[in-house]
Amino acid sequence: MTTRRQVTAGMPRLAAIAALLFTTGSLAAEPIKIGDINSYTRMAQHTEHAKRGMQLAIDEINADGGINGRVLELISRDDAGEPGEAIRVAEELVSREGVDILTGTTLSNIGLAVASFAAQNKVLYLAAEPLADAVTLQSGNRYTFRLRPSTYMQAAMLAELAAENPARRWATIAPNYAYGQEAVAAFKAIMSEKRPDIEWVGEQWPALFAIDAGAEVLALSAAEPDAIFNVTFAADLAKFVREGGDRGLFEDTFVVSLLTGEPEYIDPLEDEAPEGWLVTGYPWDKIEDPAYVEWLDRYQAAYDDYPRIGSIVGYNSMLALGAALEKTGGDTDPEKLVEAMRGLEFETPQGVLTFRPSDHQASLGAWVGYTTVEDGQGTMRDWYYAPGEKYLPPEEMVAKLRPASD
Amino acid sequence: MGFILVQILTGLSSAASLFLVAAGLSLIFGVTRVVNFAHGSFYMLGAYIGLTLVAVFGDLFGRGHLAFWSALLCAALIVGAIGALVEIVILRRIYRSPELFQLVATFGVILVIQDLTLWGWGPQDLLGPRAPDLRGAIMIMGEPLPRYDLVLIAAGPVVLLLFWLLLNKTRFGILVRAATADREMVGALGVNQAWLFTGVFFLGSFLAGLGGALQLPKGGANLLMDFGVLAAAFVVVVVGGMGSIAGAFLAAVLIGQLQAFGVLFVPQSTLVMMFLVMAVVLVVRPFGLLGRPELVGQGRQMLDDPLRPTGWRFKILALVLVALLVAAPLWLGDYGLVLLIDILILALFATALHAIIGPGGLVSFGHAAYFGGGAYAAALLVKYAGTPMSLNLVLAPPAAALLALAIGWFCVRLSGVYFAMLTLAFAQIVWSVVFQWGTVTGGDDGLLGIWPAPWASDRVAYYWLVLACCTAGILALRHGLHSPFGYALRAGRDSPLRAEAIGIDVRRQQWVAFTLSGAFAGLAGGLYAYAKGSVFPNEMAIARSFDGIIMVFFGGVQQLSGPLAGAAALTWLKDLLFRLEMWRLLLGLAVIAVVLLFPQGLAGFLKARFGRFVGIRPELSS
Repeated sequence: MTTRRQVTAGMPRLAAIAALLFTTGSLAAEPIKIGDINSYTRMAQHTEHAKRGMQLAIDEINADGGINGRVLELISRDDAGEPGEAIRVAEELVSREGVDILTGTTLSNIGLAVASFAAQNKVLYLAAEPLADAVTLQSGNRYTFRLRPSTYMQAAMLAELAAENPARRWATIAPNYAYGQEAVAAFKAIMSEKRPDIEWVGEQWPALFAIDAGAEVLALSAAEPDAIFNVTFAADLAKFVREGGDRGLFEDTFVVSLLTGEPEYIDPLEDEAPEGWLVTGYPWDKIEDPAYVEWLDRYQAAYDDYPRIGSIVGYNSMLALGAALEKTGGDTDPEKLVEAMRGLEFETPQGVLTFRPSDHQASLGAWVGYTTVEDGQGTMRDWYYAPGEKYLPPEEMVAKLRPASD
Repeated sequence: MGFILVQILTGLSSAASLFLVAAGLSLIFGVTRVVNFAHGSFYMLGAYIGLTLVAVFGDLFGRGHLAFWSALLCAALIVGAIGALVEIVILRRIYRSPELFQLVATFGVILVIQDLTLWGWGPQDLLGPRAPDLRGAIMIMGEPLPRYDLVLIAAGPVVLLLFWLLLNKTRFGILVRAATADREMVGALGVNQAWLFTGVFFLGSFLAGLGGALQLPKGGANLLMDFGVLAAAFVVVVVGGMGSIAGAFLAAVLIGQLQAFGVLFVPQSTLVMMFLVMAVVLVVRPFGLLGRPELVGQGRQMLDDPLRPTGWRFKILALVLVALLVAAPLWLGDYGLVLLIDILILALFATALHAIIGPGGLVSFGHAAYFGGGAYAAALLVKYAGTPMSLNLVLAPPAAALLALAIGWFCVRLSGVYFAMLTLAFAQIVWSVVFQWGTVTGGDDGLLGIWPAPWASDRVAYYWLVLACCTAGILALRHGLHSPFGYALRAGRDSPLRAEAIGIDVRRQQWVAFTLSGAFAGLAGGLYAYAKGSVFPNEMAIARSFDGIIMVFFGGVQQLSGPLAGAAALTWLKDLLFRLEMWRLLLGLAVIAVVLLFPQGLAGFLKARFGRFVGIRPELSS
């Protein structure tokens, strides 16, 4: 994990120093410190790539002369997957390291804990990865912004195409914790509204990372569904896909699956990735947008590895913060930063994104498509980019759920 | 009909891996009395090494049956060798110490293996290779059953049979059985225990590795599988009876079937079911389905000097420390105070736990339930009653005490490892309920916005509040242990029979102590909730209970001032190491080093070194 040494290591540092010398003629300017809290040990398969994305953006911003002659400095800390530790680390970053902004976080409960901390201590917090709707709705507050499309948004993206499928008998399977419950509730609500004729014939709730896949698959097939909505991921997903495949659950059954197209989850399935599931994901090697391709080249040159969804989120989170700092002229006063973040427009490899002022949710979207196997590797086909602004929770929903705070 | 049959077969196949892991754990415990928490790590290593070997052997000998099955076997053998190595290098040195030592040492091993595995295989989940010719399913009465399930269904009974032959037909088996029955006698008869124990560790770890390797075609390898399997394996061992292989088989089958049918009828119940079974079995049959009661005198007693009244020099030292702490805002920065708040709260928690572990002689593995219970009591009051902080902090201890009272009633009927396991089972039940009952407790998204009242919202003010509460709590506990109540408690620990004979109701004494300990843990939990501004199920999870045990241990089990030193040491170490990439490796090595180098703990070490100066005589025993 990174300490400051690594953060500024390598060629970009020389470039940054050179740029600084020419632009301001001074090296004395204090860096602007950004504190990154992430589950580096508990969720290593995500956070490692998020870190790379963040670092790339920081290096690029600094090579461009930083913000008003001040370089950005990323200070990363592990939270061990524990909200209590995350709060301690947040305290440490703010009071000992003197960071001006908090960001990072992967797990939803940690995102919520840090959001509460940010409101109490009046620090700007950009929740990069956590999906829980509550981060911007029920527990939303003035100092918290979120980048990645929330559970509700991703469910809405899937429901759009899922509703066109003739399937009438639907079953769901989701890990029995907040994210799984939230996703199923959101998907059911949107689908039932679009398709009143749908019948929900079964719900399975395996324990997170302890799925008894054989029994769950049997229970699902006993309900004889036409379609299945799946929220399991990571190791649970691999077991579910194998058991379901072996036991023929997915033959003639339409499967809609959250996040399964993300490289983090589909790559470990190798050539056993399912065929024809409707998923949200990230077909990293198929996007042909010039801005994206150029970014991809830079990323691969820097890391000799391909990007994951975490890389995009990490990279864009730093672009957002860079743009906000640019807007305040390098002023790190949290109140000014909050005002700058609201409605902030920033240029990313996914186009111009913005934070909606009413709920602080960014308009980053996701790629929606069908899973398939090519060259012995799972990937997506017939995909398209679903822009986030189309699927944001309706304003009435925000007004109803989000506590009043300016 | 076909459906039910296939469901039963599915339950049997998922029991297989569990049985292998549990059998190894049970064997190790039965012979060496080591509660090996690193067993889940051996399971994980079996999966990772198996995965690598299948690929390597596949390249060498072609991807046929020979390469696949010999790779799994070799992986298990390598894991067995690693287990033996751990035994020789670490555990062999501490068999004479109380059981807690080995437990903490194996916890250090978990941390080391976690980081080494991440370093060796990278962070990504790995998909397990398929067994050759066993892809797809066969039809049984019109229902599909994966072919590989047949291998797993056969594996359980085969291993059980081989075990029976090994234990009943070989000299090694005779020694193992003899050592399980009476270890001291076997030693007295001149059997080289060291090599016997190493052999048992090899065999036990081999089984764990085999379990991990055999499940590859059903899933794969990932970095969370060590803790994932650990809880289930412990449940199986305890339900079956610790040390009983046949019991482990029976229990694995029972749990496998319950899981298989449980998801059909109560799909939400998946977490709580297993622990509920364990609690019911332990209440009805305290030593498990096929277990036998612990022999009196088998468990190593904690040798302990009589408590002496505190000397005046020590009192002055304590006063100076308190004065320094009161003045801390003057000489410590903001973050220093944050750390001190954590240290004080955890010190109170550890002191409460120590009261039941040290003087009580009962190792509780589930004390997080009361810590978290207090935290949730305060948070739920804020959320549903809107009561002020001061009232909530007053109500948190009785709420936790009530929980401890109810759970304690079941637990104090047992002792030793069974007591520890039952406290763990109940703590897991409480945790599962909080985790999955989202509408009330917020589930794993927790309860937010539990910030202190305005008068205490300043960090310095809250620090003084915590200092006052924790000092009062620690002194009250200390006073209690020096009172007749504490003497009676220790009498019950040192000699239950004699204590009963002079009219002490030992169980009742332990029950009251357990409840009081729960109350103080609850106070710590309430303070913690307000310090963090939120509460999550993590505060009740196994990891929090372990933190408590490690702090007690770091400080020294026999020292009343140990928990304070332990909490300070652990919090400081974590703060120091969290900034480094491989902090788990370093923390694990630190834990192992303390076990090996400071068997009396930090406070014990200081006492032995400088005790004379403050008027305490050094330990006579241990």
